[in-house]
Amino acid sequence: MRMDKKIRMKARKVEFFYGTTQILHGIDLDIFENNVTAIIGPSGCGKSTFIRLLNRMHELVPSARLKGEITLDGKSITSADVDPVEIRRKVGMVFQKPNPFPKSIFENVAYGLEVNGVKDRHFIEDRVVSSLKKAALWQEVEKRLHDSALSLSGGQQQRLCIARCLAIEPEVILFDEPCASLDPISTHKVEELILELKKDYTIVIVTHNMQQAARVSDHTGFFYMGKLVEFGRTEDMFTRPREKRTEDYITGRFG
Amino acid sequence: MQRRHKEKLIELIFLFNGVLVVLVLAGIFLLLLKNALPAFKEVSVVHFLTKPIWNPDAYDQATYGLLPMLVSTLMVTLGSLVVAIPLGVGTAAYLSDVASPRVREIAKPVVEILAGIPSVVVGFLGIVLLGPVISKLTGSYNGLNALNGSILLAVMALPTIISLSEDALASVPRAYEEASLALGANRWETVLRVKIPAAASGILAACMLGMGRAIGETMTVLMATGNAAEFPRSFLGPVKTMTSTIAIELGEVAYYTTHFHMLFAVGLMLFIITFIINLCADMIFHRHTRGLA
Repeated sequence: MRMDKKIRMKARKVEFFYGTTQILHGIDLDIFENNVTAIIGPSGCGKSTFIRLLNRMHELVPSARLKGEITLDGKSITSADVDPVEIRRKVGMVFQKPNPFPKSIFENVAYGLEVNGVKDRHFIEDRVVSSLKKAALWQEVEKRLHDSALSLSGGQQQRLCIARCLAIEPEVILFDEPCASLDPISTHKVEELILELKKDYTIVIVTHNMQQAARVSDHTGFFYMGKLVEFGRTEDMFTRPREKRTEDYITGRFG
Repeated sequence: MQRRHKEKLIELIFLFNGVLVVLVLAGIFLLLLKNALPAFKEVSVVHFLTKPIWNPDAYDQATYGLLPMLVSTLMVTLGSLVVAIPLGVGTAAYLSDVASPRVREIAKPVVEILAGIPSVVVGFLGIVLLGPVISKLTGSYNGLNALNGSILLAVMALPTIISLSEDALASVPRAYEEASLALGANRWETVLRVKIPAAASGILAACMLGMGRAIGETMTVLMATGNAAEFPRSFLGPVKTMTSTIAIELGEVAYYTTHFHMLFAVGLMLFIITFIINLCADMIFHRHTRGLA
C-alpha cells in the first residue's frame, strides 16, 4: 500500500439545503494534496452543489443553508466569520461553460491579480504570460493578447479560464464539468492539462464522464441522491467497487 | 375558406396600423419642412445657424439666430445628464445587485411610475420648491435658471435611465459574475469592473433615451428656467430653450410671417436632433442585445 498524501480539505457531516429542500446528506470526504479527486454521479445527485461549497459559491443563492463543516488545512472555511473572498483566492474554480469576460485575453488573466490589489504592471505582465504558458495556451494567443477573449474557440476559452484561475495562484482548483461543452480534442487537451497541474495544485473535478474520471483522477467519490455512496482510490473503485450501486453506475446500468 | 379570409383580414388590419404610424411620422416631418422652408426665403440658413441673437420683434432689423436657444437646450440637457447618469446607473446597480428581490419588486415599478408624473407638476415643484432653495443657496434672483431646469429634467429622465439600465445589468450573463467572484473579487468590484462594462451599450442606450426625453421636454423648462431672450451666460442665469421658445411664441405670432416660419424651422431642428439621438440609442441597443445572444 502506498502512503496516502496529506489531506488539504475535509468535509465533515455536510448537510445542504435550498430553502427547505435538502440537497446533500451527511457528506464526509477528504481531498488529498497534489491529487485529482473526481466526483461522479448521475444528474441531480448533488455533485455540482457539493463542489460549489468548497469555495462558498453556494452563497450566491439567498436561500442556501449549510450545516456541518468544511476545512482547508485544518481551518474552517464555512464558519460565518470567514470572508468568502479570502477562500476564493485560495480555492479557484473553472466552470462548466467557458466564461471568459468580454474583455481582451490579457485583461481576462490580469483581472484576478488586479482585484487582489496587484499594481505592478511588470509583475502582472509576467504572471499573465506564465499563466497562459501553464494553461498550454501561450503559443496560440501569443500574438493576439489584446484581441477579445470571445474570439477564441470554446476549447481555447476554457484553457483561458484555467489560465485566469492559475494567475492568482490558488492552492486548490475546482473543475465543475470543465469539458461538458467541449469537443473530444479540446477535452483531451484539458485532461492533459489537469494531469500536469496536479504536480503543483490540489484538484477536484466534477464529471459526468466515467472514462474521464478513470483517466485523470487518483480518488473518486460517487454521489447518488445527495449521499456519498462510495469514496476511495480510483483504481479500486473502477475495478472492485464495494457498493452495488457504484458498480451499477460505472458499468452503465443506470445514470 | 372562411378561415383564410379571416387571416387575410387580420393581416390587413395590422398592415394598415403599421403603415399609418409611418405615414403620421412622415406627415409631421413634411409639415414641419413645408412650413419651415419659406422662412429661408427671407433669412439665410447661415444667419439662422450662426447669429447669436434671437430677436424677432426688433424695431429695425429682426434677427433669427438659433444659437442662444440651442445653447440653452444643450446646457439644460447636458446639465440634467450630469445629474441623472451617475444617480440613475447607481440606482440601477443597486436594484440589480444589492437590493433583495423583495425591495427590487417594489422599487422598480415605483421608479417606472415616476415617469408618469405630468411635466407641469414637475415644473410646479421647480417654481415653488427648487427655485427658492436655489435662490437662497446661490443668491440668484428667483432661482428660475438653467440649474433648476437641469435638476428637474434629471428627475424626469431618471425613470428611463434606471429602468433600462437595470434591464441591461440584469441581462449580463450570471457566468460573468460567478467567474469574477470565484477569482476573489468582491461584489463591488464585480459590479464595477465586470457587470457595468458588459452592460455598457445597454446603459449607454438608456442614457441616450433619457437625453431624448430631456431635450424634447417643454412644460418643465418653460416653467423653471426663467425664459430670458438672451445668450445664456451661466447655469445660474435664465435660459430660453428651443422648446420653450416655440411654446411661448407660436401662440402670439402672426400667421405666415417670417417669424412664424422660423418657429417651424426651430421645431424642425429639434425633430432632427431628437431623431438622431433616438436612432443612435436604438442602434446601440440592438448591438447590445445581439451581442449577448
